[in-house]
Order: sequence, then structure tokens, then C-alpha cells
Amino acid sequence: MPRPNAGLLTRVAIAVAVIALLPWVVPSFLVFDLIYVASYAIAILGLIILTGMNGQISLGHGAFMALGGYVVAVLAHSAGWPYWIGVPLAAIASGVAGLLIGLVALRLAGVYLALATFSLAVATPSFLKHYKSITGGFDGMSLQPVQAPAGVPLSGQQWLYYVAWAVAGVVFLLSALLVRGQFGRALRALRDNPIAAVSFGVNPYFYKTAAFGWSAVLAGIAGGFYAIPTAYVSPDTFTSALSITLLIGAVLGGISTFWGALVGGIVVEFLPLVAQQINAAAPSVVYGVALILVMMFLPDGIVGGLLRLTYRFRRAPPQPALESSTPSAAPVTVGPQSRE
Amino acid sequence: MPALLTVRNLTIRFGGITALNDVSFDVAEGHITGLIGPNGAGKTTCFNCITRLYQPTSGEVLFKGEDLLRCVPQQIAGKRIARTFQNVALFDHMSVLENALVGYHTRFPGGLAAWGAETAATREAMDVLDRLGLAGIANRPAHGLPFGLRKNVELARALMVRPELLLLDEPAAGLSHDEVSALGDTIKRIARDFSTTVLMVEHHMALVMRISDHIVVLASGKTLADGPPDAVRANPAVIEAYLGAV
Repeated sequence: MPRPNAGLLTRVAIAVAVIALLPWVVPSFLVFDLIYVASYAIAILGLIILTGMNGQISLGHGAFMALGGYVVAVLAHSAGWPYWIGVPLAAIASGVAGLLIGLVALRLAGVYLALATFSLAVATPSFLKHYKSITGGFDGMSLQPVQAPAGVPLSGQQWLYYVAWAVAGVVFLLSALLVRGQFGRALRALRDNPIAAVSFGVNPYFYKTAAFGWSAVLAGIAGGFYAIPTAYVSPDTFTSALSITLLIGAVLGGISTFWGALVGGIVVEFLPLVAQQINAAAPSVVYGVALILVMMFLPDGIVGGLLRLTYRFRRAPPQPALESSTPSAAPVTVGPQSRE
Repeated sequence: MPALLTVRNLTIRFGGITALNDVSFDVAEGHITGLIGPNGAGKTTCFNCITRLYQPTSGEVLFKGEDLLRCVPQQIAGKRIARTFQNVALFDHMSVLENALVGYHTRFPGGLAAWGAETAATREAMDVLDRLGLAGIANRPAHGLPFGLRKNVELARALMVRPELLLLDEPAAGLSHDEVSALGDTIKRIARDFSTTVLMVEHHMALVMRISDHIVVLASGKTLADGPPDAVRANPAVIEAYLGAV
């Protein structure tokens, strides 16, 4: 298995340090927002694996978040189960749902898959309102606010912050382990050239379904942490706009790298707030203009743009130059070397 | 030489068009077999049937006696059959090394042991890339590489399967005269070094006649001739249908 390089470990260490220190240096209302950033980042990570790495476009991940959020809420509200049991069960429930949807998705691709998954997101609020004996219907359900364990010198909010980010760290690590090596290559091979991938033994049914399942697991966990901070869920918590927000976050952050999930989470949580401050009368216009500008100037997302800027600053390309790679011994030549 | 691959009465129809009509031939183990014919003869269609990308209407494809038509496409590489494509089909957003490693996919052990095999797979991939003059660009993305290097990457990926049967689809397409000459030596060296049998679709007659042990000629989806190069070269039907213009 490939080992992470020193630069990556340094960046991870810096990120962990910043995340650990933030609750002590920012106002408490921002800590609340940062819990949502963790939730968004986990869900967007799932989309990056599914869409960025495997090429399956989902506009329905808000539905998996809703399932996760409601599993946590129903277990806590109706059975009194603690959140630490509810969140893993939410992950399992969403994962199973994701596998089932993934099986259906095998027959769809591109915009057809996007539309099919979007129908899930559209139907979810109505579904939640309909089964009111379980979900509380239109009124939703109230939950118990999180309290830090006895003896831990943290507020409930700070405790939830650290738990959410610790879980985010674990799922980022697990996902990185999952996609390094054979599994990740198979996902990307299917995205780049399905016929060639299949010809080299990559089973599209297994890998595409597994990608859907794992991304739904992450959305389920994210849904749990989306419901817990406000101690309340309702159908309006998980509207169809949430699914689009997740895809926007993945694209803006950078859909080809896990760092894009982190940046995307920050953007989708704070960009609407910033837009509100810039123009309170029409924040959606500011939001839209910001999206257009990012897509125009940073087509690879913010992380992709930063990486390109870094390479330009270092005046070195990300890969060895072609000329310098020519071996001194006469290579075996199978095709012309001059034609692009 | 025993037949490694046997194609028997292979027929495939696309609507009202019969692309292959009762085609039969053998590929002897250890040989380089040329599969030639004019455009539209059904050569690539034949490759696609062997690798199961197409479902033939009728017929048999036996590899070491096993009927490949009972397999799904993703099982073919596991039988140590690898191919290149007429239009180079790389994973463009992956590096050259990663492209080669996809060729190793079916050789990874199952489950968590696959992680442990990554180092050995990478070492082998680098060795294959080195043999093809690609080691220096192992970490470059495949997209943007010159056409010839892309063909080499595709060949490296196929060799990572450790194929018993290597299917080359027009490897000389777009090459200069000198490059075609080098290609012939390369294919012979690969067949020897990797102990692989080669079935090659090719339009370059000089190359096919020089390196093939056996040649199968298709025309309009039918087997026109089948034999050693000299016999095929002298076959009046082949001369009339295909080689007469050379």
C-alpha cells in the first residue's frame, strides 16, 4: 500500500491542530457553525468518492442525510437511545439504502442518474411528512441537547464539536485507506474508461455499488450530525436544496481531492452568511455571482486552484517534464513519439 | 503446436448486418498470429467477441478448452487474456503508473491482503514501464502524452496482466516506416520475454508477413484464408481481395 508523503502528513497535522484550537479562539456561535462544517464535509467527502472518483452524479444525497438524521432522531426521541448508538445505526441504515439505490443506479448514468437521484431528494420531505407516527410529520421531533460527559471541562457545544470532528477525522482516514490502491484505481478506471476497465477485470457492478454504499454511509453519518446540534429535526431540515448544496460544495471545494470536502464544507456553510452580510436584500444574487466567479476562474475548485497556484509559485510542474524522462537506453518504441 | 485459442463458427449480427459470418480459426500457443483483412472485414469485432465486449449470435470461442462465451467481460483478464484497443483507451486522469497497475487488477489477492500486495505490484509495474521506456514518466497523467507514448502505456497495462494471450489491435497504426520496423522487433521480443501468444489485427502487410507465424484473412465477415505467411501471400483469393493492391 502506498505510504503518505511527508508533505501530506504535515498538511494533515496542521489541519488537525487548527481544528483542535478553533473552539478556544472563535465566538461560540461560530463553534455551532463549525459543527455543521464537519457534517457538510463528511457528506461532501461521500460525493467526492461517488462523483469525483467514480463518475456517478448524485443529486440525492440529501435524502441519505435525512435518513441518517431521522434514524438518530427517532431512536433518541422514541426509544431514548443515546446519540453514540444512533449515529452508527444511521450509517448502517443509509449504507443499506445506498447499496439498494446503487443497484438501481447501475442502469443509469450521467444526467439520467442525476435526475433519478434528485427525485429521491424531492420525495423525501413529503415522505417524512406522510409517516407522522414515526417521524413526527410536519412538526418534526425535538431532541435532547448534547451535554459533555461528567468531568469533561467543555460546554455541550464544544463537546459536540470535538466529537463531530473526531468522527470526521475517522471517516476521512477510513476513506483514504479505502481509495488508496486497488479499490480507488478501480473506481477511477471505471470513471475514465468503463470499457477498458472492464476489459482489465474491474467489476463495474461491485465497484459502482460499493461506491454508492460507502458514500451513503458517509451521508448518513453527516445527517446525524446535521440533526444533533439544533436538537430538532423536521422535513424542512432536509429539503431538496440540501442535495444541490452538497454537490455545489463538492464542485467549489474541488471534486478531485479529499481536501475539497473540507473546503467545500466551509464554503457551503459560510458563503450564504457572507452573502447575507454583503447584501441583505438579495443574498442569493451574491451567492450566485460567487459561484459563477469560482467556476470561471477556478474550474478545478478552490483546492484545485490553490494547487495550480502552488505549482506556478514553485515554477515546477506537478510531474516530471517529458524531456527529462527520456531514458538513456534506447526504449522499446511501439508508436510515434511526435504526434499529439 | 496445440491451439491456445479456438474460434469456431463465430457469427454476430447487428440488426440486418452480419459482421462475422461463420468465422473459424485457431491460434497456436507460442505463435504470433496475424488477423488481417480490408476495413469492415470484422477483425476488431472478432476481438470484441473474444474479450466478451460483444455477444456473438452463435459460435464458440475456446481458450485452453474453456468456452469464453460463458464468461462476463470482467472475467476475461483473469484468464490471462489482455488486449490493446484500436483507438487507444487509457485512463486519462490517472498516471502512467496507475494505468499499468490497473492491468494488475485481477492478480491482486482478495480482501485486505490486496493492500499488502501493492508494493510488489508497483515494483512489477515499474519494471514493465522500464522495459517500454516509460519509467521516467511513471507519475505523469496519461492525458496529454504523445500518441506513441500512449500506445506504449496501453501495451504496458496489457503486459501487467501477464497475458498468456495478447490481443493487439492495429499496433502499427500511425507509425513511420522505421517505427514499424522497430515495432516488429518489439512484438517478437515481448512474445519471447513474457512467454505470451499474440493475436494481432494489423493493416501493415509487410509487418504482418515478417513477424507472423500464421495468418488468418477475413473479408466481409468471412474467413477467406488461413495459413502460413507464404501460403497466404500466394493465395489467389487473398491477392484478389486484399493483397493485390500491395
